[in-house]
Amino acid sequence: MADALRVVAALGRRSVRQTFRRPQLVAPILIFPTLLLAVQTGGAASAVDLPGFPAVNGFLDFMLAGAMLQAALLAGNTGGIALAVDLEMGFADRLFASPISRYAIVLGRLAGTATLGVATAIWFIAIGLIFGVEFEQGVVGMLTMVIFVSLCALVFGALSSAIALYTGQASVVQGLFPLVFVILFLSSAFFPAELMLEPAASIAEYNPLSFIATGVRDQVIGGLDAAVLAETLGAIALVGAISFALSAVALRRRLRIG
Amino acid sequence: MPAVSAIEVTGLEREFPGGIRAVDGVDLEVAEGEIYAFLGPNGAGKTTTVRMLTTLLRPTGGSARVAGHDVVSEAGQVRRAIGVALQEAALDPLMTGRELIELQATLHGIPRAEAGRRGEALLDRVGLSEAAGRRVGGYSGGMRRRLDLASALVHEPRVLFLDEPTTGLDPVSRKGIWEEVSALNREGTTVFLTTQYLEEADQLANRVGIIARGGIVAEGTPASLKAEIGNPHLEIGLVDGSPETAAQVCRAFGRPLPERDGKVLLELEGGAGDVAQVVRALDEAGILVESLELVEPTLDDVFVAKTGEHIEEEASG
Repeated sequence: MADALRVVAALGRRSVRQTFRRPQLVAPILIFPTLLLAVQTGGAASAVDLPGFPAVNGFLDFMLAGAMLQAALLAGNTGGIALAVDLEMGFADRLFASPISRYAIVLGRLAGTATLGVATAIWFIAIGLIFGVEFEQGVVGMLTMVIFVSLCALVFGALSSAIALYTGQASVVQGLFPLVFVILFLSSAFFPAELMLEPAASIAEYNPLSFIATGVRDQVIGGLDAAVLAETLGAIALVGAISFALSAVALRRRLRIG
Repeated sequence: MPAVSAIEVTGLEREFPGGIRAVDGVDLEVAEGEIYAFLGPNGAGKTTTVRMLTTLLRPTGGSARVAGHDVVSEAGQVRRAIGVALQEAALDPLMTGRELIELQATLHGIPRAEAGRRGEALLDRVGLSEAAGRRVGGYSGGMRRRLDLASALVHEPRVLFLDEPTTGLDPVSRKGIWEEVSALNREGTTVFLTTQYLEEADQLANRVGIIARGGIVAEGTPASLKAEIGNPHLEIGLVDGSPETAAQVCRAFGRPLPERDGKVLLELEGGAGDVAQVVRALDEAGILVESLELVEPTLDDVFVAKTGEHIEEEASG
């Protein structure tokens, strides 16, 4: 067990290092969401005046959760791309030919993705603090946000990994990039679901990402609500159960076909 | 038949979807401490065989044991016993050489302190100590191969698999790898290497298995394989005189072969020891010799004799 954890940690470190050493991997995780946050906060700040918009001190208070989740999803997608690149260039064979659990190979990659989730959450909390966001739940709320964002990166990373393992092609995983935005915009990550038009409003209402967005956002603008926390963890668990199961199936298939 | 087997393969098969049989009933046995070269052209089934022996691909038929363990039912034990350096040196260009060796040591459960000590010793051994802190993306092809080799050795494997270890390397780098492989073998490591280079198999291997279209067509020591297909032949260039007359004189020493580029070709029945007598006989017949070349049979001749085809010429360069 200790050896397996050491392998997962080593592969996680490699994954994080790989991301920061390749600018094209860092850009989608930190730079794009930051730019989008700046553009939206600057250009659509009057949205807070819409009837029914949640009570916030400023539009950034509302948008911060969306930016974090965008970064988390893109971190997951990037992790999947990197895994597919490992398969394409044969690096994964080096891992598969080692006397370690096959699952440790995928978990190592996901450990890196979760770590990137932590880093992106801290990055956006820092942006929030610099630009005057008041975190209603204080330090505990910030830690909760970090955990939720990290878990979100982990479970969506598992989904990208499943696709990487199934196809073995980085270009296919990269092709999911626009889908990330569809999932995000059809949730309450960037805009309250109640103010959307149909059918987007109904989709957003049941989109697991909306529950996660609410859980993250409530640490900034809401009170401590056990039901919201439970719904957030439930949504993460649901996505996680599906994505980890798909990953396991895809891994077994990959090992079978060689 | 080898006394103690490092690798035992019986009727090994791999069929891919669409009915493509990449490996079709391979039988082979490699003794402990041997260097066994699997020689064949691209697409012959070399890499597929290695992938099955290293547990990366499940056989669809037959069986294989490596270091005493079955590659399917005891894959974990096989992986602990083998070192693998696959084709194209699958390295992460963003990692440094030292990071790669450390990762490889972690994958094999080597404690951190021991991993550091072994890693530095291996990097020194393959001449990469100075470059160890640099990213692999900046390494030359030869450096990558040496790093790949070092990483395959970090857990001191009993059996080392090298899949085309020198493909694409310049002659100097190639020679460096050969020397390292020979040194490892002298230290007791069994080496199974695939190659499309005739010279590599000839220089390095104790035994050679020649593979074509998924099956082994010949196996033995390089010398025995070459001896199997015939004697050396003499290529005689003439200053003057008719090739027909020269061929007539030569007939006493062996079988004349069809002329090539105006040269008389003679298969020497008595081997290389007859060369002096041939020259003397030609001299006595008044035939002036411009050039003389004794050509030993090559593994390519063996391949031609067994399959009717040449191993790709560009590969043997």
